Amino acid sequence: MQPFTKLSAVAAPLMRANIDTDLIIPMGRYLMAERADMHRFAFEVLRYLPDGSENPQFVLNKPAFRDAQILISGANFGCGSSRESAVWALHGLGIRCIITPGFGNIFYNNCFQSGLLPIVLDEATVEHLAKLAASGNGGPFEIDLEQQKITAPDGQSHAFAVQPQRRTQLLQGLDDIGVTLRKSADIKNHRAADEKARPWIYI
Amino acid sequence: MSANTLFDKVWDSHTISSLGDGFSLLQVDRNFIHDLSGARALQALAEQGRAVMHPDLTFACPDHTTSTALDASHSGERYAKCVDPLRDLAHKQGVRFFEIGAHGFGIIHVIGPELGLTLPGSLIVCGDSHTSTHGGLGALAWGIGASEVAHVLATGAIIQQKPKRLRVRFDGQLQTGVTAKDLILYLIGRDGVAAGNGYAVEYAGPVVRSFSIEQRMTLCNLSIEMGAKIGMVAPDATTYAYLAGREYAPKDANWDAALAHWQSLPSDAAATFDLERSVDACQIRPQVTWGTSPEQVIAIDGHIPDPSAQPDPEKRRAYAAALDYMGLTAGAGLQGTKIDQVFIGSCTNGRLSDLREAAGVLQGQKVAAHVRAWVVPGSVDVKRAAEAEGLDRLFTEAGFEWRNPGCSLCVGANGEVVAAGKRCMSTSNRNFVGRQGTDSRTHLASPIMAAAAAIRGEITDVRAMMEA
Ligand code: SF4
Repeated sequence: MQPFTKLSAVAAPLMRANIDTDLIIPMGRYLMAERADMHRFAFEVLRYLPDGSENPQFVLNKPAFRDAQILISGANFGCGSSRESAVWALHGLGIRCIITPGFGNIFYNNCFQSGLLPIVLDEATVEHLAKLAASGNGGPFEIDLEQQKITAPDGQSHAFAVQPQRRTQLLQGLDDIGVTLRKSADIKNHRAADEKARPWIYI
Repeated sequence: MSANTLFDKVWDSHTISSLGDGFSLLQVDRNFIHDLSGARALQALAEQGRAVMHPDLTFACPDHTTSTALDASHSGERYAKCVDPLRDLAHKQGVRFFEIGAHGFGIIHVIGPELGLTLPGSLIVCGDSHTSTHGGLGALAWGIGASEVAHVLATGAIIQQKPKRLRVRFDGQLQTGVTAKDLILYLIGRDGVAAGNGYAVEYAGPVVRSFSIEQRMTLCNLSIEMGAKIGMVAPDATTYAYLAGREYAPKDANWDAALAHWQSLPSDAAATFDLERSVDACQIRPQVTWGTSPEQVIAIDGHIPDPSAQPDPEKRRAYAAALDYMGLTAGAGLQGTKIDQVFIGSCTNGRLSDLREAAGVLQGQKVAAHVRAWVVPGSVDVKRAAEAEGLDRLFTEAGFEWRNPGCSLCVGANGEVVAAGKRCMSTSNRNFVGRQGTDSRTHLASPIMAAAAAIRGEITDVRAMMEA
């Protein structure tokens, strides 16, 4: 997994609340596409017009935001299903960081499995950053995970919080399996004790 | 000893180690995998050269993409991508695989309890957000993502941040025609789709105590639609009676030991919750969703809210968009809205008692000529039991299609969809834009409300048909 340390990138404002996983990656695509292809269908219904051409109104299709690696969005981003392909689709599109007042639970956790940084900030700050991003002429946003700080194009910094464990993982590019396998002995001991305590679980 | 909640007791006993900041490494007792995330996770594991740590505690069933047509050949692209790799890899890794059409096959959240795999106090995960269903038996169960599925396969454990505790009490008595589905839809409508974010919910109170296991599962199933990954009901005599004699449930001395353990699980009287809510069940009437989110729901004799009357601009936008998508008018009622399709099934309402109740509404009447009505039993065992008591004939004589088990129209992942612009009364759990097919319109409701709609050809108040 690609470690996440610092990011200097354009941010795209997509200020809608409750962007659900169906909107991020439609079910039909999730089924048929390979993980590596998933990005082609990210935001499909927003990104393309019915005739298959690009929708010029959609933010990520606008010249200024084509290379955006940061998404700024409304509350409850990634709500809906547990499908992790929603994260893969965004990751494949080049998105490395999402800033919103709140995430769907499962989506939030899934971000850390693919090296995506989910940032939660208060609504007013998110609105403000979205406006700066929308103006499109202020230069890149700087994100420093070590310092847990975003520097916006207007020069102002905003602190954000990520659980230390999650932060270390992103910084080191470790997925959860990698971290957990370091604790194999503990897992085995717990299981051995449990097999005695609750034999009926083991069938 | 300090007083503990049901949730805490199960959580604590499964904690292998604390990872700080509220995160724990937890032992998994049952890992249910299916044809969407399961096949992929097994593939990912194989690519990494990792083996399944506990094949004996892993159970695979291809419920999502399999056709439910009675004459399906079960072949083609979907099977080659999703079902066949799951079967192959499961066999290779020694994981139990429930074969299509055989005993044990069905929607995972239906078969787990039915086979006695789901037990009180067990920790269950599955790559499907409605895994909360298993909480109806007092299990701690939640939906996980594909990487987490791979993590559980590889390690037998899961990392999770401990949620807060929310208890929802249902008091009073249900009116005629009101079901567990109406209760939970009402709660989601009242408190919103984010009300349970960050919480594990325990459903309590006299109404829940009086509920069967299947009704409790319907409640827990929809927990995720109010943002809570976990919903639980404390085990009691109803739970033990349900489990006794089930295929994989403990037997003999193991049963006695298990029972003693289960009886220690309910929340202690002095246990405290981070949040308590209550619902007066007497007030609840049959619910139907009007919009594209489960919280956009009204009572059958209620009125669709006016977007412009919503103080929150985001809600205004969402309501207006939902009305537009659904082709409905603010201020109107839902009764009399013409429907094209009816779907009775899913892990919410595809169990034997659901089918019985729906069949009870039919009373020798016929499905309206313009309506295509489906019954999709939740499992092979549900289907066989229903056929043994003649429910299939009641349905087919009324004009319903009686189908094979699977997720089917709940999600359309098997190619069975509602056509664009068509309106479907559905007993499933999600009415999101395009959930049942591109541009399809979904109204969520109980099995009896769906059956009534099939007969009348429009959204209707089942209570009128029950009193008649
Ligand atoms: S019936 Fe629907 S909600 Fe239930 S497991 Fe299948 S797709 Fe998921």
